[in-house]
Amino acid sequence: MINPNIHKLNKAFENRVRLGIMSVLMVNDSVDFNTLKDLLQITDGNLASHSAALEKEGFLHIKKEFVGKKTLTTYSATKTGIKAFEEHLDALEKLIKKLD
Amino acid sequence: MVEKDQLDALKDIRSMMKQSSKFLSLSGLSGVFAGIYALVGAYLGNCFINDFIQTGEYLEGYTSQYFQLLIKLLVVCIGVLVLSIVSAFYFSNRKAKKLGQKLFDYTTLRLFINMFIPLLAGGLFCLAMLLHGGHFVLLVGPCMLIFYGLALVNGSKYTLHDIRYLGILEIVLGLIAVFYLGYGIIFWSIGFGVLHILYGIYMWFKYDKQL
Repeated sequence: MINPNIHKLNKAFENRVRLGIMSVLMVNDSVDFNTLKDLLQITDGNLASHSAALEKEGFLHIKKEFVGKKTLTTYSATKTGIKAFEEHLDALEKLIKKLD
Repeated sequence: MVEKDQLDALKDIRSMMKQSSKFLSLSGLSGVFAGIYALVGAYLGNCFINDFIQTGEYLEGYTSQYFQLLIKLLVVCIGVLVLSIVSAFYFSNRKAKKLGQKLFDYTTLRLFINMFIPLLAGGLFCLAMLLHGGHFVLLVGPCMLIFYGLALVNGSKYTLHDIRYLGILEIVLGLIAVFYLGYGIIFWSIGFGVLHILYGIYMWFKYDKQL
């Protein structure tokens, strides 16, 4: 039988990288591109595409600004994102409790 | 298997949340060494103070001998502080390498800033009391303990949580010391020496031994 909680999992967070990005942003107000890249140990392109996907969903906010000649990209979770991620975690937890 | 994937996902989330918000490379050994330096420092300081008391100018305030003592004590304090920080970086760097993390990232900076605020306030406060001289001097030891404890409690949010209890112990010790003035150096030795060594050993067994 399929556990009904499976349907409550959010498709947007199924990917490991997106899960990682949201996890970091849940406990940090804002994180810059390089820090996030180092933490998750992924490539520039990988981070850029997954963060763009999450931004499209309205789950995170991407801010670009100039520091001297370099662009500094910082990420922060939106209220919608935090709520969606919490619901996703709840569903995950319920799924795993069923296993015991 | 779907369930296995979900379990892995949860583990990932948990470790990412912890790793991205806390400085986890703090080594127990740095506590042990800081404690040893503090005990040596307390011994030296005690010798200087005894020499000074024998000159009979105790509690008279601004005399040249008082300033000489101040400078000696300040040198000892700075020596203990510098050696402790150097050891902390050395042992934490070793631990960071074993954990595969960087010693200096934004978690280090955040821990540093949050500990620095109470420490700087306490340091300046103690310096002012030393300059006022007289009975104020007796409050310096307890105040150092209290402000250091506050710094640890404040910093504990950004590193291993156990530091919080060490901070509370330091504050309690400092508050007891305020009521037993004149035993400042004993409380100081317990707080900065003995507690650091015991806590360092405890932390080492809890976190570092298996690395």
